[in-house]
Amino acid sequence: MGRTLAEKVWDAHVVRQGAVGEPDLLYIDLHLLHEVTSPQAFEGLRLSGRPVRRPDLTIATEDHNVPTLDVDKPIADLTSRTQVDTLRRNCAEFGVRLHSLGDAEQGIVHVVGPQLGLTQPGLTVVCGDSHTSTHGAFGALAFGIGTSEVEHVLATQTLPLAPFKTMAITVVGDLPVGTTSKDVILAVIAKIGTGGGQGYVLEYRGPAIEALSMEARMTICNMSIEAGARAGMIAPDATTFEYLRGRAHAPQGQDWDDAVAWWSSLRTDDDAVFDAEVVLDAADLEPFVTWGTNPGQGLPLSGSVPDPAQIADAGERASAERALEYMALTPGTPLREIAVDTVFIGSCTNGRIEDLRSVAEVVAGRQKADSVRVLVVPGSARVRLQAEAEGLDRVFLDFGAEWRGAGCSMCLGMNPDQLTPGERAASTSNRNFEGRQGKGGRTHLVSPLVAAATAIRGTLSSPADLVAPVPA
Amino acid sequence: MEPFSTHTGVGVPLRRSNVDTDQIIPAVYLKRVARTGFEDGLFAAWRSDPSFVLNQEPYRAGSVLVAGPDFGTGSSREHAVWALKDYGFRVVLSSRFADIFRGNSGKQGLVAGQLAPEDVEQLWKLLEQTPGVEVTVDLEARTVVCGSFSAPFAVDDYTRWRLMEGLDDVDMTLRSADAIDAFEAARPSYKPTTLPALS
Repeated sequence: MGRTLAEKVWDAHVVRQGAVGEPDLLYIDLHLLHEVTSPQAFEGLRLSGRPVRRPDLTIATEDHNVPTLDVDKPIADLTSRTQVDTLRRNCAEFGVRLHSLGDAEQGIVHVVGPQLGLTQPGLTVVCGDSHTSTHGAFGALAFGIGTSEVEHVLATQTLPLAPFKTMAITVVGDLPVGTTSKDVILAVIAKIGTGGGQGYVLEYRGPAIEALSMEARMTICNMSIEAGARAGMIAPDATTFEYLRGRAHAPQGQDWDDAVAWWSSLRTDDDAVFDAEVVLDAADLEPFVTWGTNPGQGLPLSGSVPDPAQIADAGERASAERALEYMALTPGTPLREIAVDTVFIGSCTNGRIEDLRSVAEVVAGRQKADSVRVLVVPGSARVRLQAEAEGLDRVFLDFGAEWRGAGCSMCLGMNPDQLTPGERAASTSNRNFEGRQGKGGRTHLVSPLVAAATAIRGTLSSPADLVAPVPA
Repeated sequence: MEPFSTHTGVGVPLRRSNVDTDQIIPAVYLKRVARTGFEDGLFAAWRSDPSFVLNQEPYRAGSVLVAGPDFGTGSSREHAVWALKDYGFRVVLSSRFADIFRGNSGKQGLVAGQLAPEDVEQLWKLLEQTPGVEVTVDLEARTVVCGSFSAPFAVDDYTRWRLMEGLDDVDMTLRSADAIDAFEAARPSYKPTTLPALS
């Protein structure tokens, strides 16, 4: 019987096959580190007198805690500064490559890996961060791990892992104009639920997926974890190879040819069988937004806040009631009438150059709504430089937005970029959990296009709602 | 890791589903660089509410948490497990766990036992009828007992064995050092390395 993409990559990394009921030992090709989930792992190495086995397969960056203003000054928050300083000391002591604040390659770990060309098809990639699933867009098997596992990979470059099941998410048809890969993944999560992917590796496939750019594919794979799946993958193709060609760490010469030959074999065989399959028609999709406090609580923008009384399942009903209370929303309110205080554009989900270009295209020549603050936070320093080279920073500033330094920022509010209690945001990030963007903050997850239109109108909107033409 | 066989302690009913790791410990509590001292961050937002279950005697001294489905979703932060352990929890029971949370629990000696949804409901009723009633979790037999109530819970064989032996994963893996060396020797040259640093 044929093998799926995920199984092929798994098979190519088995160091030692486990006995029945025991995990396999898997080799890890690329280990990404950041300041929040690594200090205790390095401390564990120190206590046991172990070195980092493969510093040359390891790379670190500062992202979760770093400020996006005054980045040339010492970090004002002392506990954040201690954590970043600890990463710097650990990387120096153990010989790990680090891109610090102020470095052109600093940024969100899941933006940095791909842009350096380190993320490649067929690799196993891990990081102490659940959004490591992002790298699956290249046909890598990439997943988030806990700090004990970070220590394990640092010490052994392997992980004991129980095999996953496989699920195909097949998206047929063409995406309508104004509907993006963010809307696709929000619709997938709403369909299968936040637990629907548990125990599975998702493979996104079908014509609508093949038509996407690498950056759009990364957005989809990024949020696999929000459906409960540790990893999401897309088979590598000509789009993938073109993205990689010429990047700093992409193979060259004969190595490139050898790599492409192997990468081209990384497709699910026609006779392979998935453990589960879900089919979506892209033509049925429209811009999608969340109304609740988990990423599965989403609806098309044309919908209204749901009435919990009409939800049959008691658990889901209670969850919806709690969510509406927290979100301060009334059943039946059209989603388009929900006014926001803040629009956040950034994160490992939608902080790449294409995302910023798509926002700039909508907001160019316009003014933001007076009632809204708009933060644009590039995913990496390299994205920031690229945007400035293209003049996007001027577009955002003229629009009335704030143009910030690179990092995770308001996606999780570990740095000063936070919502205040009761503040409502439209956010291009990945999680609308209670308090995620700041204690008491209320989050609606949206695509970059919806974020841009919402910043103009002040209520949840798509570019199609912008009637007035831009004056020449 | 300390071996785990059985544990008896006060059961805490947490009648919520989708308790994500941002709820278990918000990001602002993740800035410590030590492995202990995370108990103050546990359910931090909810603990400011006097009616929250852990703010009520005798649940305050609980060590067996009984939660709704999809416990531990979201962020991979192992701090969620550390916070539960630092507070005093030894066991979490739920009808469904997020994969990463369950894995992290197994590495840290916290038992994440999967119960049938109707058994979770039954336990909630018992714990609410008699606040402070103790629950016994027997990992070898994979049963949870509360008075006359008894139910089986699921933990995979391998995790159960590791928890009962208190085994360290790195030591176990390094027994396969020869296999790792052999695997590395056969890796193709086109696979990337981070060093020397190029940009």
